[in-house]
Amino acid sequence: MHPWVGAGPDDRRHILSELGLQSIDELFATIPAEVCVDRLDLPDARDEESVRRTMAQMAISNLSMDCAPSFLGAGVYRHVQPAVVDAVLSRAEFFTSYTPYQPEISQGTLQVIFEFQTLISHLTGLPVANASLYDGATALVEAVLFAHRVLRGKRDLVVVAETVHPMYRRVLDTYTEAAGIEVVLVPPGNDGRLDPDRVRKAAGDTACCVAIQSPNFLGIVEDLPVLAEAAHEGAALAVQVVTEAVSLGLLAGGGAFGFDAVCGEAQSFGVAPGFGGPHLGIFACTEKHIRQMPGRLAGETVDEDGNRAFCLTLSTREQHIRRAKATSNICTNQGLMALAATVWLESVGGNGLRELATSCLARAQELKKRVGAIGGGWRLAYPESPIFNEFLLTGPGAGVELVERLAAKGVLAGVPSNRWGGSWPDGILVAATERNSAEDIDALVTAIKDLS
Amino acid sequence: MKQRALRSEPLFFERNPHRVQRQGYQLPPMDVPEVQPTEVLPADLVRKDVPHFPDVSEMEVVQHFHRLSQLNYAVDEGLYPLGSCTMKYNPRINEQTARYPGFTSLHPLQPESQIQGALRMIWELEEALKTITGMPGVTLQPAAGAHGELTGILMIRKALEARGERRETVLVPDSAHGTNPATAVFAGYRAIEIPSGSDGTVDLEALDRMMDDTVAAIMLTVPNTLGVFEHQIVEISQLVHDRGGFIYMDGANLNSFVGRALPGLMGADAMHINLHKTFSTPHGGGGPGAGPVTVSEALLPYLPVPRVVQTEGGFGLIWEDPSSIGSMRGFYGNFLILVRALTYILSLGADGLRSMSDVAVLYANLIRHRLKDTYHLKYDAPSMHEVVFDDSFQGRHEVHNTDIAKRLLDYGFHPPTMSFPLIVPGALMIEPTESFGPEEVDAFCDAMIEISREAETDPQMVRSAPHNTPVGRVDEVRAARNLKIRWMPEDENA
Repeated sequence: MHPWVGAGPDDRRHILSELGLQSIDELFATIPAEVCVDRLDLPDARDEESVRRTMAQMAISNLSMDCAPSFLGAGVYRHVQPAVVDAVLSRAEFFTSYTPYQPEISQGTLQVIFEFQTLISHLTGLPVANASLYDGATALVEAVLFAHRVLRGKRDLVVVAETVHPMYRRVLDTYTEAAGIEVVLVPPGNDGRLDPDRVRKAAGDTACCVAIQSPNFLGIVEDLPVLAEAAHEGAALAVQVVTEAVSLGLLAGGGAFGFDAVCGEAQSFGVAPGFGGPHLGIFACTEKHIRQMPGRLAGETVDEDGNRAFCLTLSTREQHIRRAKATSNICTNQGLMALAATVWLESVGGNGLRELATSCLARAQELKKRVGAIGGGWRLAYPESPIFNEFLLTGPGAGVELVERLAAKGVLAGVPSNRWGGSWPDGILVAATERNSAEDIDALVTAIKDLS
Repeated sequence: MKQRALRSEPLFFERNPHRVQRQGYQLPPMDVPEVQPTEVLPADLVRKDVPHFPDVSEMEVVQHFHRLSQLNYAVDEGLYPLGSCTMKYNPRINEQTARYPGFTSLHPLQPESQIQGALRMIWELEEALKTITGMPGVTLQPAAGAHGELTGILMIRKALEARGERRETVLVPDSAHGTNPATAVFAGYRAIEIPSGSDGTVDLEALDRMMDDTVAAIMLTVPNTLGVFEHQIVEISQLVHDRGGFIYMDGANLNSFVGRALPGLMGADAMHINLHKTFSTPHGGGGPGAGPVTVSEALLPYLPVPRVVQTEGGFGLIWEDPSSIGSMRGFYGNFLILVRALTYILSLGADGLRSMSDVAVLYANLIRHRLKDTYHLKYDAPSMHEVVFDDSFQGRHEVHNTDIAKRLLDYGFHPPTMSFPLIVPGALMIEPTESFGPEEVDAFCDAMIEISREAETDPQMVRSAPHNTPVGRVDEVRAARNLKIRWMPEDENA
């Protein structure tokens, strides 16, 4: 017996006799004997207390970012976490339900998706946003495949800024190799920003899309209007990648500058860093291309009495209807994380989001000023380039080594900038959010000075 | 769940209509000098106005989501017999362990010395899944089942390339999930449908005809979507392997034979495991799931990176491996979902996992037994964890599977999966899982029988169902025709 199995021994006997069977083994008679086993080589069942202890031991063998001043970013950020978010996520009505295929008993989830789509749409500046994708990296993949379809599969070239998160580019490589799509990288200029002329040259008139990240991997804000123009000159789609979604509280989304799609990671909106997942992929595009969009979509309609109601819509794009001709093979996405983002954004509010983003900006500025003044081999890689909340700091040694040495001083200084390679200087990507107090900043500055 | 109410819950955007100053959250105090955004950022890139959504108090947020939640049906409310989806109980201890700060506040790019517990968690789950499937390798990266499918097929593609072969097609049974053919296409193959035999399993003769050196793999769901075990699985594997192909196993239905049989012994080369099905992680209204893929010896070299390895002092990560297919997503998988799955596996242990499958299969057979005289069973091969009826008896009264589903809502049950698998027109695909008490399963059967009676005596009432849900039958056609997928400020004045 086990608490999670509904039928006890008497129940089982009773059901077996109703079925006219002697033993439960008879129900498995169609499984060929040569593939069967008597017992798995796993330990016995354990009580709650004992399991909790094992899991807790693993959890405490990690250094939680709550325990030290942390400036880690590079696509995963530590923002404020209103208690309300987890309280809502803990409601069984949300977390123990399935995809809302039965709208009459899923209006809660459906309205949440509709609100999520609205929030993402307004933030990205594009009219259409889907119900979520797995994460930022796969969102980039979906955006590229989307652009490939929009151009009817006739353009097998994709131009990608080298300053798109290198991990995202790796994931893109995995998919494009199978799809027969060629990826051409455009490295940043000496200021860490993308040169529109190089983009124009790389894209020519044969690229299906130009994917750029802003703020980019180095934390630098790109000149979006000029880059959209450069992409469009050769009739490629312009795709913006966002890895720090909070930046959208202060910086207008790509839609405002003519970008055809905005994709990326919205972990910053109330989703825990969680050692890399589950996070929240987002995707938004123009109305013109909605039928090529991947993923689920909720729409507003009415019920039989004419009352407002919501349901999943345009599912003819999706695998369960379209099978081999679907726009993506995605089915289960990140529903509960989209709920987290919705609760988070609605708690913070419109003015609150701007204030929060401005707070990140101010802390990063302060940090940049302070560490930029340390000297002794410590240097800002791109002192003049505009940043949102992250920047590249180089020091006396490789980034990996500097991070380790600062960790020994009790500060999580950031992410080594070249752990996946890159044409930029090897150093530390340092990120600041509204959670980094003046005291945290002092701690990092002191630790760096101690090393020098 | 609420019944129909007089007052509906407005959209968040309709709250605080005059956009007056309110506050839903207190930020940490500004203890650094303030900065004017336009002084440090290009002015043309800075948002001119705040995003036009309202500020509201904390209580308003709580109230909004509390009310919305009450419009949802959920596993905790009652039987949720969606075939193939495995809507089982989500143990509460999983929710506790996945919220330990040592897991939630962990950045994926911290130095390895700071993440030993997390790497150990991954390693332990990997070992458990290898044992459960009898397969030598696994990746926990995929975020969901479909993502796992793609991971598996890409590994197969890579293995063929290593042999210098370029095969063009993937065989997919006509009973398969839609994700299978979609996956094959995304991996660069053509999906070829293979017909089912008279008992709903793979037609071995058809396979013999179709399996040639252009076929990279066959994607098989075991047991299949009819809930029928592929009793010729050994012969199928033999045939496919002999001709240089691979067996991709869709593990969506693994929950029916854990502890009784091993996919490794069946000849599987790659199999995804939906942790949100077999291993109890919550469905979350549509994710996040997790779709680890176990692999045979032949595919070991192609597993995605990064990979967790045991080192002298603990655990480490390998980011580079030229033979690997590469990375399928950011980082290491839906980690906090993986924590829940390991919690579940440790709690149940070997015998508990086996009894989980036993009772899931027992309940499905109880339902089959109780409903077989009332609902038509197109394929009567023995059922494992689910049973697929159709609406042909009720269709005589012009009552169809959708109507039966909507009427079930009135009885307080979630309907079965409908109109799938495609080889059963008017399908009602029922999967009870092991979690519920026998009385709940019986009550569901009673409701199904009663609805069939209503279909005879009062078909119009069934056709116009549901009658007791928070909203009436929803006009899905209109949603697609008059597409409205976001709220706009001008809606206020409409």
